[in-house]
Amino acid sequence: MTDSLDQIFVRGKQSLLASMAHAPDWLVQIASSLINIFALLAVFLTLFALMSVLERKILGRIQNRYGPNRVGPFGLFQPVADGIKMLIKEDIVPARADKIVHFLAPVLIASTAILALGIIPYGRGMTPFTIDGGILFFFAVGSTTELAVFMAGWGSNNKFSMLGAMRAIAQMISYELPLIITVLPVVMIAGSLGPDTIVAAQAGYVFGFVPRWFVFTPWGAVAFTLFFVSGLVESNRTPFDVPEGESEIVAGHMTEYSGFKYATFFMAEYIGMFAITGLGTTLFLGGWHAPIRMLEFIPSYVWFFAKLSALLFVYVWLRGTLPRTRVDQIMNFAWKFMLPMAFTCIVAAAVWHYTGRGLRGWLWSLVVIAIVYTVLSALLDTRKKFAPRTYRFAE
Amino acid sequence: MNSVAFIVIAILTLAAALAAATLQKLMHAALSFAVTFVGIAAFFFLLGAEFVGLVQVFVYIGAVAVLIVFTILLTRHDVEKERGFNWSGVVVAIAVFSGLISAIFKTQSVSVAAPAIPALTVKHIGEVLMTNYVWPLQCVGLLLTAALIGALILVLEEKG
Repeated sequence: MTDSLDQIFVRGKQSLLASMAHAPDWLVQIASSLINIFALLAVFLTLFALMSVLERKILGRIQNRYGPNRVGPFGLFQPVADGIKMLIKEDIVPARADKIVHFLAPVLIASTAILALGIIPYGRGMTPFTIDGGILFFFAVGSTTELAVFMAGWGSNNKFSMLGAMRAIAQMISYELPLIITVLPVVMIAGSLGPDTIVAAQAGYVFGFVPRWFVFTPWGAVAFTLFFVSGLVESNRTPFDVPEGESEIVAGHMTEYSGFKYATFFMAEYIGMFAITGLGTTLFLGGWHAPIRMLEFIPSYVWFFAKLSALLFVYVWLRGTLPRTRVDQIMNFAWKFMLPMAFTCIVAAAVWHYTGRGLRGWLWSLVVIAIVYTVLSALLDTRKKFAPRTYRFAE
Repeated sequence: MNSVAFIVIAILTLAAALAAATLQKLMHAALSFAVTFVGIAAFFFLLGAEFVGLVQVFVYIGAVAVLIVFTILLTRHDVEKERGFNWSGVVVAIAVFSGLISAIFKTQSVSVAAPAIPALTVKHIGEVLMTNYVWPLQCVGLLLTAALIGALILVLEEKG
């Protein structure tokens, strides 16, 4: 019973493909890919719609107000109304804009965001696109986003757009380094670049009750924290939404976009957020594995999406809580703190591996991280450099 | 099916390369150059070199294309100025082309049957890099570090 519920989608796809058994091989292959693509788009576009309304509701709670509650029960049909509004808005293209580049930027950014979703294992045997170097594929596809952002900024022929694009690319390139380097220890320990193998390496329990997820090791916890922060930056979320800081540069690279093109940018941002949290779940939170042996009867995909939603909730929570950081602070934080800590994670993971992956390894890797963290925070401590503030003109 | 894919990718890649060489606006040329990179990555995928293809996308789209685009943006250039036809470029192009063609014709043709491809390519590449090719790897690392330090020294403001 539990097994059939777990594999219901896999079986469903197999029976669909079995109905066209007489077709040639390549046709079956194409049909199989198409089923995957449709399933992926259906799930994540629904999630996008849900997320857009739930985020506003949670933000409303945090800011002591109701949030959207007019359209449908509890305001749940708000995304439909938003979608219709976006569709019937006038599509404005600036007269001096580069028409082709201006048009292609949202297309490129949305398609690459959706491509990155393909390699994540959503459940037992539920990876839409199985590839040997899946993690590498994720980052290779993700790196094209920078070009798309640049096209949007340059194609709009607007100073605010250009400045926003420059800011976005600068911070994306800076944080791509810690993002990728924090993934390396997981790849080292699992011995594979394939997401399925990495999830499989996190199966089972230590002492019978602690799940063998990488986040429960010292290096894994640090790497996950760094990964999460870098993911926040990569998806341009508060407190790192400098590229579209509306009080400074209107809406950054999206200033000259309206109507459905703007909606496409908005969607790409959310899809990118789902992709990065999905990858974080896969790499550190055990993917679709259950946290307790007793709860293993719940289908694997339910666990995956529960973890994904928990991470997404933290994203919204942070947005409602923290103010925007300054550009130079973001850059300093990336190069002076995140990058050395990310390298430390690699060393700590190696120490953990060579001291036997047990309790001893756990303690030794904790020692390595603690030493580096203390030294780094002592070196970066800038409190002494600020003299008491003097007011020259306010007397 | 493979030959059809080859022809489609070849046409796209060549068209993008031609566009990169002939388009008037530098930015358009740079962007179509990025399309050429994607085409080359697609060739790697077609040949079963998954890892190389991914690295091609990663390095050339994510880094080199962005670098080119930034360079164009940060340097002064006059779009309106009429550019005369550059004959020396044609000479260089013909020289490179004939050199490559002669090299291709001189090499003995590889047997059509492809050698057996090892199953775990990424793992295999890692092992080979750490054993047989560890010296070249270290040298490249040293070179890149030197370049990084050089770039830092160039942009450092002189104090005092």
